[in-house]
Amino acid sequence: MIEARQLTKTFHDKKRGEIHAAEDVSFAVAPGQIYGLLGANGAGKTTTLRLLATLLRPTRGSATVAGFDVATEPEKVRANVGFLATSTALYGRLTAREMITYFGRLNGLTDPAIRDRVKALSAQLGMDEFLDRRCDKFSTGMKQKTSIARMLVHDPAVMIFDEPTLGLDVMTARAIVRFVRECRDRGKTVIYSTHVMSEVEKLCDTVGIIHDGRLLAEGTLAALRARHGEQDMEEIFVRVVGGETAGTAAS
Amino acid sequence: MNWNNIATIYLKELKDSLRDRRTLISTIVIPTLVMPLMFFGLGKVMANVMTKAREDIPTVVILGGADSPGVVRQFRASKRMRVVPPRADWKRAISDKQLRVAVQLPEQFEALVKSGEASPVQIYYYQGELKSENGARVIERFLAEFREQAVAERLAAQGLPKSAARPFEYRRENVAPPEKVGGNLFGGLVPYLIIILCFTGAMYPAMDLTAGEKERGTMETLLCSPVPRVDIVLGKFLLVLTGSLAAMVCMLLSMGLTVMIGGTLMMAGGSGARAAAAGAAGGAGTAGPIPMIDPWGIVGVLAMVLPVAILFAAVAFTVSLFAKSYKEAQSYLGPMIIIVILPGVVGMLPGIELSARTALIPILNLSLVCKEMLSGVWHWGYIGLIFGSSSVYAAAALGLAVRMFQREDVIFRT
Repeated sequence: MIEARQLTKTFHDKKRGEIHAAEDVSFAVAPGQIYGLLGANGAGKTTTLRLLATLLRPTRGSATVAGFDVATEPEKVRANVGFLATSTALYGRLTAREMITYFGRLNGLTDPAIRDRVKALSAQLGMDEFLDRRCDKFSTGMKQKTSIARMLVHDPAVMIFDEPTLGLDVMTARAIVRFVRECRDRGKTVIYSTHVMSEVEKLCDTVGIIHDGRLLAEGTLAALRARHGEQDMEEIFVRVVGGETAGTAAS
Repeated sequence: MNWNNIATIYLKELKDSLRDRRTLISTIVIPTLVMPLMFFGLGKVMANVMTKAREDIPTVVILGGADSPGVVRQFRASKRMRVVPPRADWKRAISDKQLRVAVQLPEQFEALVKSGEASPVQIYYYQGELKSENGARVIERFLAEFREQAVAERLAAQGLPKSAARPFEYRRENVAPPEKVGGNLFGGLVPYLIIILCFTGAMYPAMDLTAGEKERGTMETLLCSPVPRVDIVLGKFLLVLTGSLAAMVCMLLSMGLTVMIGGTLMMAGGSGARAAAAGAAGGAGTAGPIPMIDPWGIVGVLAMVLPVAILFAAVAFTVSLFAKSYKEAQSYLGPMIIIVILPGVVGMLPGIELSARTALIPILNLSLVCKEMLSGVWHWGYIGLIFGSSSVYAAAALGLAVRMFQREDVIFRT
């Protein structure tokens, strides 16, 4: 359902010159699987996910998401993708219901279909209490629930999570992790980026370690542990990225 | 391009903006209040100042005149001025506003007037100071009457009638219709206000919908939807344009009401309100018909403003799209108001007229053609040229906005 082939993104910076934010990244994720993209801050996780969500155009290489090419059919890709990141915020002056309805319409759903969907999502996520309140008055947990409902309104087959628990309290982070697992159980194709080792261990079927824009190691948790003769995921990560100095930003 | 998507985005942005106090103040409240405030507030204050200056009885020092007791007596007897004892520092007293004017009577003034050989009387005053200028006018009128009296005495001595020195009279009368007088009074000011309000009306929604969204993190949320970017940019742009036009329509409606109410007050109240109107428009005409504005002129102004509003909306949109935050956008667009106002100010200057060249200068052309249309003059050739050139500029600016929205380094410049 997701297939990246030598996906490369180069930025030009006046001071720093060419920056290879993602370089020859290749991997595949099947439906009903969670692929964990593990990397330090600035390793290239967000760029890779933005390329898959067609927010950015690849400099080189290609990718197909839900059967559509990210470069030639970006709108069809986005119609099949749910994207959640710390940078995907809510409209503060809209209510949760208006927010979900807006994204339902943008995804081409009819108003009766949206009404049914809002009802179902609100029941599923426990949003009835604050559905008609403005988002700028929400607690972090309410905001996350609304963002998830926004992401799910068109029932996408592919889910992309970019560090969704960043800055959240333990309870909200646990709820998110539980929700991601439910997505896998419903047969969705899930890609999940993080720098939190415990989340990788709890969630991911396959892990890709990314550093300086390159995918340095990939495999199931068991395979990675066997390959490096080490049980602790943090130790494996540090070894893969080339020692303590290279991986200091990761926790 | 899908109009359903554009409408969805536009309606959401409209709802969102109507809940934003800053946008409401800049697009509706200020444009509605600016005309009544200028007309009744500023105009009234100016009229009051002018009336007070006119009612002031000036203090006068007479320099010399010991050999002309008759004239000095007449000065002292006049109720229009108050003669105070001479002082050595009279020049400083005038500059310090303790004294309004000083009159220097030449030696042997009275005697020389009789023989027709008197040298000029010198009036000393404070230029630009309303009350001193008024004092100088009072003295001039007094001396003119004194001169007429001398002429009349001389004519009588020779047995000639008064009309011998004044064989005819003259008077002036306005023949321009009221809407032309109104167009002249308001014509300079209205386009200037329209230009400012059109820009500020576009400014806040533009900043909120672009840099504001980037800063709040909702831009990326929106870009995740399957809607093509050109639809997003058009939906948002239409809202910015709505802000610009709303500001202008609010101002024109409130101006219409202000002129109507002001006109009624003038009919009822006479010169005070009329002076207020003249004061508000920066003109000096205190007599003549009640100023009116050609209603077709307002329709014409609305039509001509449309491409300029599109230009402003697209420019404000593009500039704030480039900014990382609301604050950065503000620091770009704030100084731009001056660039926008400048051609409007030039258009208010006397002597700047419509020509094939000025018709191609954006904003200035609008300012000039609005002035003419509001006074009922329709140069169809220029109107076509201005509408056409403004539309070309507007289309280019909109094209640039769409292009900028497609650029990753602009959209993700955070």
